[in-house]
Parts: sequence; structure tokens; C-alpha cells
Amino acid sequence: MIETEDLVEAPPQNPVEPYLRTDRLPHIWCPGCGIGTSLNCFVRALIESKEDLDRLAVVSGIGCSGRVAGYVAFDSFHTTHGRAVPFATGLKLANPALKVVVYSGDGDLFAIGGNHIIHAARRNVDIKVICVNNFLYAMTGGQSGPTTPPSSITTTSPYGGFEPAFNLPHLMDAAGAVYVARWTTFHVRQLTRAMIEILHKPGFCFIEVLSPCPTLYERRNKLGDGLDTMKYYKEKSKIRHGAPTSEVALDKRGEIIVGKFVDRNRPEYLELMRAQHRAQLGDRFVEAPACLCD
Amino acid sequence: MRADPRGVLTGVHFMDGDHACCEGALAAGARFAAGYPITPSTEVVERFAARIPTIGGVFIQMEDELAASIAILGAVWAGAKAFTVTSGPGFSLMMEHVGLAVMTETPCVIVNVQRGGPSTGLPTLPAQGDMMQARWGSHGDYEIIALSPNSPQECFDLTVRAFNLAEKYRTPVMFMMDEVVGHMTEKVVIPPAEEIEVYPRRYTRKSPGEYKPFEPCEDLVPEMVRAGTGYRFHITGVTHDERGYPLINPEAQDKLVRRLKEKIRRAAGELAFYEEEGTDAADVIVVSYGITSRVAQRAIDLARAKGIRVGKLRLITIWPFPDEKIRELARRTGAFVVPELNLGQIVREVERAAAGAARTYAVPHAGGTVHRPEQILSVIEEAAR
Amino acid sequence: MARGFVTILIERCKGCGFCVEFCPTKVLAMSSAFNSKGYHPPHVVAPEKCSGCDLCGMFCPDFAIFGWKLRNGKAVGGGRES
Ligand SMILES: Cc1ncc(C[n+]2csc(CCOP(=O)(O)OP(=O)(O)O)c2C)c(N)n1
Ligand code: SF4
Ligand code: SF4
Ligand code: SF4
Repeated sequence: MIETEDLVEAPPQNPVEPYLRTDRLPHIWCPGCGIGTSLNCFVRALIESKEDLDRLAVVSGIGCSGRVAGYVAFDSFHTTHGRAVPFATGLKLANPALKVVVYSGDGDLFAIGGNHIIHAARRNVDIKVICVNNFLYAMTGGQSGPTTPPSSITTTSPYGGFEPAFNLPHLMDAAGAVYVARWTTFHVRQLTRAMIEILHKPGFCFIEVLSPCPTLYERRNKLGDGLDTMKYYKEKSKIRHGAPTSEVALDKRGEIIVGKFVDRNRPEYLELMRAQHRAQLGDRFVEAPACLCD
Repeated sequence: MRADPRGVLTGVHFMDGDHACCEGALAAGARFAAGYPITPSTEVVERFAARIPTIGGVFIQMEDELAASIAILGAVWAGAKAFTVTSGPGFSLMMEHVGLAVMTETPCVIVNVQRGGPSTGLPTLPAQGDMMQARWGSHGDYEIIALSPNSPQECFDLTVRAFNLAEKYRTPVMFMMDEVVGHMTEKVVIPPAEEIEVYPRRYTRKSPGEYKPFEPCEDLVPEMVRAGTGYRFHITGVTHDERGYPLINPEAQDKLVRRLKEKIRRAAGELAFYEEEGTDAADVIVVSYGITSRVAQRAIDLARAKGIRVGKLRLITIWPFPDEKIRELARRTGAFVVPELNLGQIVREVERAAAGAARTYAVPHAGGTVHRPEQILSVIEEAAR
Repeated sequence: MARGFVTILIERCKGCGFCVEFCPTKVLAMSSAFNSKGYHPPHVVAPEKCSGCDLCGMFCPDFAIFGWKLRNGKAVGGGRES
């Protein structure tokens, strides 16, 4: 057998490493937590996308998922709980050359931040939202939230939840997102591909990533560990591209419809703003400089 | 640095305080504003929305004040000068992002055209009831800068200054107007751009390898960068080290929070703007600010006509509170009279700073209108006895 | 076909088992040994079956494993590819 050391010019390195703040690893996420897998896909998507990563900005809110901004070696902003989207809106509108990605949790984006995300989708602000959905509030110890499937046990639904949950793709579709997809952390290749697609697609894009939280969701609901959840994703997911988003609601351990549900084109916010002002103001209209810093 | 002439509406105008504030922001270089409508502040952003497409910039009406107050922070990190404008209920919603701006040292201006509270209170009528909220409204321990104008002219001049201070100290600056000043129309002189001094952003010259986002300069203020320029920096509202990395322990907290407070506190002297008159041999000094200072002037004139030796201290900087000035005056006067459109806020600061060296009299008013000069006069007379 | 290799950063591993479960050719197994944090990392049990596809690398939530290929004496895949 050939000794690799003799032949390899330089020992290989994990391809994602140059894009992570390796001085902060190991990260805080638990064994079998899916957030790291989603981040792994994200970094690979960035590499493959050939985007200028000096112009990438990653914005997170607060939560386990919200810690993503702290681990990526890009301009990154760890903001307040629920408000990553309006921060990202300001960032993008003031410097449209930036590629702005919001990476945060389901509670952050759809409970406390619910109002912001529907309006960003409505406006079609050119930001990309990656929502890690682990079905509850993990960072604070496992409380129920707007995505918690009914009958789930959480610390604030000790007898099982009874509130209906949001169907996130349906909500984002209705609000006007131009791209809506759902994958799980089992679907690493498809997820990576979807992330590349949204990096290249103008307008408000949304990916829901179902992700195990073995420590809080799976454990309390006696659903095994992270690996069991990954196997569940593998067994129970059905790929249905273009499925009507009204048909992709989730329930506890039932079938999961994954795929790209929405991919359409609508003029994005700044385009609309410029067109309207130019039409109304004529010669008096002054285009905003490429960056408001100039 | 001189103002960018595109934003400067040089000339002699007849305009209200809200509009003058907007012109001040444009003159200072603000090219991004986010807002949410609320009386009596809306005219500021209405004017911005009308003006900015002819100058080059962005106005966005957000879905609420939480959104507006953080959208401006995003814009600042993209490189813009940015501000938001609100009144009572919206000011309450913005408080979390005051904290984020303090913690991340994000220069920005938050304008509050004060109306009566609590809650919806008096939507169309004046008050000065948010002065303590401006100081203490966000959670945690911090210092803030707050200015209070008393005329449309000052709404212009001091808005420019508010932006400059925000940049110099890398902090949010509260611009504390009130409904009367906001809606009062007077002459406003806007000078030529080359006469308007604008403080530039403190961008670093260091290379990405050397630069640390929260490494303080001598004045305790760190240098800034903006997104998209290759620094690949991290900012967080979590307690952090000089690299901007979260660090959750008592030592990191002590180091960071002390520096954030100290960078403002040690500048309190140079930040103390006020108007002082007739205090040399005064038995009583009236301390006032904003619209109340104009009513107080009438009371001072009436008192002087009655032979009372009254001095005037009009506070322009409210925070950091000019302790040193009050202390100095307390040594040479008998009493302070403090009228304000609240039931006793800044008077507590005067009393604290005077530390017993002079008596302190409040002239409280719950808001909705201004004081009658006689109300203030009668307290001056009482204090002079 | 290029030959595949897999590199495991034992100290970063948290023992979730994703890589072992989802390696298409069953190259890996969980080791009975512990790393210094007390987790069982994977180890290579069938090196000849590794294609260097890096699927394990994509699944790993802890950036603790990755696959790569040797082509004309050069490592491809892994961070030296480009
Ligand atoms: C204004 C505010 N309210 C509450 C909290 C506490 N908090 C922190 S994270 C979190 C929930 C996070 O849930 P999610 O977004 O689903 O992220 P996860 O931790 O599950 O990844 C809450 C309620 C906070 N930080 N700020
Ligand atoms: S608590 Fe859940 S979401 Fe948070 S790191 Fe642990 S497994 Fe992941
Ligand atoms: S590189 Fe592919 S074949 Fe090799 S161990 Fe990893 S998953 Fe298995
Ligand atoms: S996927 Fe990563 S963390 Fe999980 S067992 Fe394999 S090497 Fe360890």
C-alpha cells in the first residue's frame, strides 16, 4: 500500500476550515445537533457558489441557531432576538453590493421576529434567510414555539402542546418570497444545492432546514438522539418539488415533504424604489450611490 | 471634514423644528433613515422621504419601531450615516436597540419628539417626560449622550452636532425634542456646506490582520470598519473581547462595560453644552431645557423686574449630566429652580449634583401644554426668600 | 478511479455517529476508544472502500471528518483543491 505521506505535497485540510473561525472551535452545539451540519452545507455552498466572500455578510438573531454568525469567518452580525431580518434589511439597502444572509432559528424568525420576516418577504428585500427549525426554543432550555408540532412535550407544554403550528413554507409563500424550499439536515447535497441557488437568486429567498435538537426536543419527546432523527428524516421525507405549500405542513414524526416549492421572479425592493422615484421625479431623481458610505 | 453640499439646503428658511431636524440630518450626511409614523415626530421622516430621492439615499418605512431602530444599525455597519425618529410609545420599543448600539458601539442618532405619556398619553401635546428614559431606558449599565434643542434653528444645528458626537464617541445619541419645538415655525438659517463641520467615521487604517474591532484608542473609542471591505469582522450584543468574540465571564464584563461608560464619562466636560447668563451674582438660578427654557426666560424677566437676582442655565446637553457645572454654580448661588414638563426628572440630577450646597426647587408640570410663566415666577420668588 | 481517503480530527468529534451511518460504502465504525472530551470518535475499518466522496464531511456537525482523493500524488478534495 502506498503511504500517502510520501506523495501528498501538503496534508489536506478540511475544506470548510478557512471559512470558519477555527479559533472558536469546538462550537457550543451539542453532540448530534443539526445546526453544525447545516453550517457545514452552507460553507460548502459558499465555496461552490464562487461568490466574492469579502462581500458576504451573515446576520443572526439569538438562539442556538443564532450562534452561526459567530462561527463563520465573514463579516458577521449577532444581533438581538428576532431582529436579524430588519438589521439585514438596513445592511442590504445601504450597500446593495453586499450579499446578505440571515441565519437563525424558527423561534427567532417566526415568533418574536414574525412581523419582520413577513414584511421583508412582502417587500422582496434581496436577503437570503436560512431558518434552522428544531421545533422549539432550544437556547432557553426547550420551550414551545410557533413551530412546535401539537402534542410535543416542552418545558412550557409539559402535558403536550395544543397550539397549531405554522407551516413555514406556506407562510413565506403567501408573504411573497421568490424562493421557498425545505430540506432536512439529512439532505446535505440537496440543501447545499439550494443554498447555492439562493446565493445566486435576487430577491427574498427562504430555506427551512429541519434539524435535530437531541438534547431538548428529541429527548423530552422520547424520540431518541440526533442520529435517530436523521434516520427518521431519511425514512419519512418525500421530495416533491413544486408542491403547493399549503400541503407541506408538518406534524410530530409524520411524513415530511421536502423540496423546492417556490421559485419565481418579482422585482426586488431597490429596483421598485428606483423605478418609482425615477418615474415621478424625472431629472430631479438622484440615484443612491453604490454604497451609502460614498 | 466639511459637509457634503448635496445634503445642505443653504439659505434662510421659515420652517418648523421637525423639518429643521431633517435638514440637520441631511447636512450631517445622513443618507439612510428608517422610521415608523408617530405624532408629533412624523414630519421629520416625511421630509426625509421627500428629499432623499433628490439627494441619493434610502428611506424605508419599517413595520414597527423595533425594526426601524435596528435597520439603521445595519445601515451604519454597511457604511451609511443613519437615524430614526419617533415619539413616546415608539421610543419605548426602540430601547432594546439603544442597548445593542451601545454594546456594539454603533454611531447613530435617535430623535424623540416628546409627547405626553405614559402609554398613548397625549399624542398631539408636548411633554418632557422621557428624559430619564433617554438615560436609563435600555437594560444594563451604560452612558448615553442626549441633547435638547429649544428652537427650530437648534433643531438644525444640534442635529448636525448629534451626528458628529455619535461618530466621535461611537455611540447612539438621543435627540430630545418636544412637540412644541417640533411644530414651532421660525427662521432657520442653514449655512453653506463649507461652513458645516462634519465628523467623519473613524475608519481604521490597519490591515485586516492587525485590526481588532473593539481595541480602544487612547480616548477609549475603537476604530471602525464597514461590511464588505475584507475585514471579516464579528460584532455581537453579547459581552465580547477586543476581537468581538463573545466572552461570558465577570472579567470580560467588567472590562467592557467600564470602558463603554468611561469613554463617555471622561468626556463629560467637553460634552457639556449649555447657555448661561446672569449667574454671577444670582440668588436663584433657573435650570431649564427645551421648550420650557423659553417660558422660563419670561419668568426670569418678570422676576428681574421685581428686583430678584436671577440667573439662567439652559441645558443643551442633558446626558451626560453636567455635574461639574451645577456643582460650580451651587457654590455661588442660593437656590436652583427647575421647571420641566414632567413631574420631576432632571430636577433630581440638579439636586444630586448640588449635593446640598444650594437648595433645589422643582416646578413640575404633567405636560399637555407649557408652564405659565407665573408658575415658574412664584417658585423663583419662594426660592429667593 | 481516484483513490479515496478519510481524515478524522479525533479531538473535534462529539461522537454523533452521522458519518458512520451515512458513509455509502461503510468505511467507518464507531471506535470504542474515547477522545479527551469523552466522546467515541469514528475510526476507519475498511480503508479500501473509501471513495473520498466526502459525504461524511458534509454530514459532520463538528467539522471533525472529511474525505479526499489522491490524484497523481496530489490531494484533491479537502482544502487544497483550489
Ligand atoms: C427579547 C428577548 N426575549 C427573549 C430572549 C431569550 N431567548 C434567547 S434565544 C430564545 C429562543 C431561541 O429559539 P430559536 O430561535 O428557535 O433558536 P434555537 O435556540 O432553537 O436554535 C429566547 C426566547 C432574548 N434573548 N431576547
Ligand atoms: S440545545 Fe438543541 S439546538 Fe441547542 S445546541 Fe443543543 S441540540 Fe443544538
Ligand atoms: S469519504 Fe465517502 S467513502 Fe470515504 S469515509 Fe467518507 S463518506 Fe465514506
Ligand atoms: S459525524 Fe463528526 S462528530 Fe459525528 S461521529 Fe462522525 S466525526 Fe464525530
